[in-house]
Amino acid sequence: MTQIPRRRMLQTAAALGASPLAGWPLQAWAQAAKGGVLVIGTNQRPRHLNSAVQSGIATMMPAAQLFASPLRMDAQWKPQPYLAERFELSHDNRSVKLVLRAGAVFHDGRPITAEDVKFSIETIRDHHPFRTMYGPVHTVSVEDARTAVIRVAEPHPALLLAMSTSLTPIIPKHIFGDGTDPKIHPRNSNPVGSGPFKLVEFKPGEVTVMERFDRFFLKDQPKLDRIIIKEYKDSASLLLAFERGEVDVHSLLTNAREMDRAKKVPGVQVVVGAGPAIGPLVWLAFNTKSPKLADKRVRQAISYALDRKMILEQLLENHHKAATGPIASGSPFYNPDVEKYAHNLTKANQLLDAAGLKPGANGTRLSLEVDAIPGSAEFKTLQEYTKAALAKVGIDVSVRLTPDFPTWARRVSTGQFDMTYDTVWNWGDPVIGVHRTWLSDNIKPGVIWSNTQGYVNAKVDELLTAAGKEMNQAKRKALYKDAQKIIVDDCPVAFIYETRNSEAFRANVSNPPKGIWGLIDGLNDVTAGKA
Amino acid sequence: MNALAAVLRRLVLAFGLVLAVLALNFLLIHAAPGDPAEVIAGEMGGADKEAMASIRKAYGLDRPLHEQFFTYIGRSLQGDLGQSYLFNRPVSELIFERLGPTVLLVMTALLGAISIGTLLGVLASRRPDSLFSGAVTVLSMIGYAMPVFWTGILLVILFGKVLPIMPIAGMRDVRMMGAGPLAHALDVLHHLVLPALTLGLVYLAQYSRLARASMLEVLSLDYIRTARAKGLGEVSVTLKHALRNALMPLVTIAGLQFGNVISGALLVETVFSWPGLGTLALDAILGRDYPTLLGVLTFSAILVIVANLLTDLSYRWIDPRLRGR
Repeated sequence: MTQIPRRRMLQTAAALGASPLAGWPLQAWAQAAKGGVLVIGTNQRPRHLNSAVQSGIATMMPAAQLFASPLRMDAQWKPQPYLAERFELSHDNRSVKLVLRAGAVFHDGRPITAEDVKFSIETIRDHHPFRTMYGPVHTVSVEDARTAVIRVAEPHPALLLAMSTSLTPIIPKHIFGDGTDPKIHPRNSNPVGSGPFKLVEFKPGEVTVMERFDRFFLKDQPKLDRIIIKEYKDSASLLLAFERGEVDVHSLLTNAREMDRAKKVPGVQVVVGAGPAIGPLVWLAFNTKSPKLADKRVRQAISYALDRKMILEQLLENHHKAATGPIASGSPFYNPDVEKYAHNLTKANQLLDAAGLKPGANGTRLSLEVDAIPGSAEFKTLQEYTKAALAKVGIDVSVRLTPDFPTWARRVSTGQFDMTYDTVWNWGDPVIGVHRTWLSDNIKPGVIWSNTQGYVNAKVDELLTAAGKEMNQAKRKALYKDAQKIIVDDCPVAFIYETRNSEAFRANVSNPPKGIWGLIDGLNDVTAGKA
Repeated sequence: MNALAAVLRRLVLAFGLVLAVLALNFLLIHAAPGDPAEVIAGEMGGADKEAMASIRKAYGLDRPLHEQFFTYIGRSLQGDLGQSYLFNRPVSELIFERLGPTVLLVMTALLGAISIGTLLGVLASRRPDSLFSGAVTVLSMIGYAMPVFWTGILLVILFGKVLPIMPIAGMRDVRMMGAGPLAHALDVLHHLVLPALTLGLVYLAQYSRLARASMLEVLSLDYIRTARAKGLGEVSVTLKHALRNALMPLVTIAGLQFGNVISGALLVETVFSWPGLGTLALDAILGRDYPTLLGVLTFSAILVIVANLLTDLSYRWIDPRLRGR
């Protein structure tokens, strides 16, 4: 046995003992040569990893790596083959045939078959929160081991988009088909997947670790060895971690200050407005069932009294983009030709006069309360701004703060509010994330992000319902064009801005995702050098 | 026999106390507006009426409140703390996973604070009018007055940004997956420094003040004068004679603080994203995750009781006069 000199031992012990204080880099182990290890920092906390029964970015980001969807959307919003090597839409638009790639297997080695596709789509149809995605699906039949045919009761233009990314993860029937309610299935936190990466470790509130699945059905993908998603409790810690290189990716820069700091990181690549399909809108929603706001002239007046230019330039420091209507500008169905409600106090006062709201002795025409979805300092700023802005037209606004999300959600979904700042997401096709806010048959007390404004317009119902079944893109666009115009004119909400969420990648990351779903899509082509 | 009867009596009382705590917390958490279905809908970006009804049914939230309560109590008594709504895992598994990090953080902070605080207090008590004693008093007051999250944020800025030599979030470097146990242990220690320092500073302030005051009181007693008159050295007088009696209040406080381990750590764990019971409790409150919150609260109540019991037992060890009781 080799004798280690005592002095050397002492020196080593001293070095080891001092290391926690000296900041000795403990990650001395080099990252693997091929693809590398990508560390993504997030403030989101996933409940579990099965996006067949859970939506939201927190789950969809890891789920898009663990599971493959039948299709992928390209940057032009066109569906492309993925797990399905071929897809055929029938002439009457009432069925889609999917032919799976030969040799595709789950992470446990079992083959991915059409039975799994059938099971997955039926599970999503019956359990996913967005019922409109697969609601029209009538049957899914299996023609052979690799061929599934999805039949819809009526043409469903959102169907192909719904089959992309983690909106439709193909989950194994042999794991999830045991009769347990899939929403509470114990394997949701430890799934066997079909995607480019397999799960190594999942500690909700801390970290999700995934590693490359070497038997993935696309031979040259994925490139990365590992993806690690690390959760940070607050945005300041996450930003600091990104600046220091503890994480390679900042998954969600939400304001100008964060953006400025991220841009100073040497070699950083910032994808501004990442994931345009997500389409997050911020608006001031009105309770149209309240006698105070039932008259659309009052709502329009409030909209005219808000100075959107000032909000976007001064309060939000030009970080976000103006929103003009219910469909985000990145969507092929966006219509900019609507009333913009440019700041006009004279017009606001005229509308309030016409609505019969004369100023009282103290100059007040009306008293209202403004809420805001909790979790963002920006919304609190907007509440305070609203108070000041509406005071100029004689509306006395009191700001109501909410301690947490469920309290706010309960208030808004049960009509216990006057007006509230809210953020609602388009989720790709308008059928999925847009219709729910404006259709009168979606006024559902107790359900947040249904038609909580209580808005009713029969023409809008007709237009949206027709657009939801129209397969011709041009005709669909025309229907949504008219619907947007009417909704904006009726003003059940005052549209303020589109959240331009941005993703930042440090210099060691190559091929950052730039598709319509951003980071919530498979990161098959991304590579990462040493941090 | 007396000691055993005392312990048994305490255990019976403790059981009743835990039940009362459970009932009160069950009522309080249900009194807060909103329920887990709304939280889940919020995290999902929306859910329709059927989906929310389905979630409520799956978790038994559609049953009457008293039925939910008795079902929960019945299961808890059999060791089943239920399933977390938020994380879809057994509550006992979550608590077990998060317990280690919290105990590590709190014990490091507490033991460091007790030992260093006691030392500082003892030294300050030797020369109560000296500059050193004054400095200990003033620094203790500052350390005690500063809110723990403020101290934490300051340390994050100092060692995370100004002098970036420390990790500022989490318990480990995620890039080290696959490294050996020694490397992992050192990595955890590296991450432990700032949170333990943040939490420890508050405790340190308390213990140094308490030790100083307690020692001053004991050092003024007649038997100390007798010990000195006997010719005993100052070290022997201080450590063997005075400190042993002066320790009693410190032991009491330490016992109480260990029982409050979860609440004490909650703010620090949040600032440093430390994956412990504190952050679990916070997530459970904000997420209306009733089973997890009740599980953590029950566990906390049991901890307080155990800590009090151990404190009582340690009195008997420190003070021989109590051993017969």
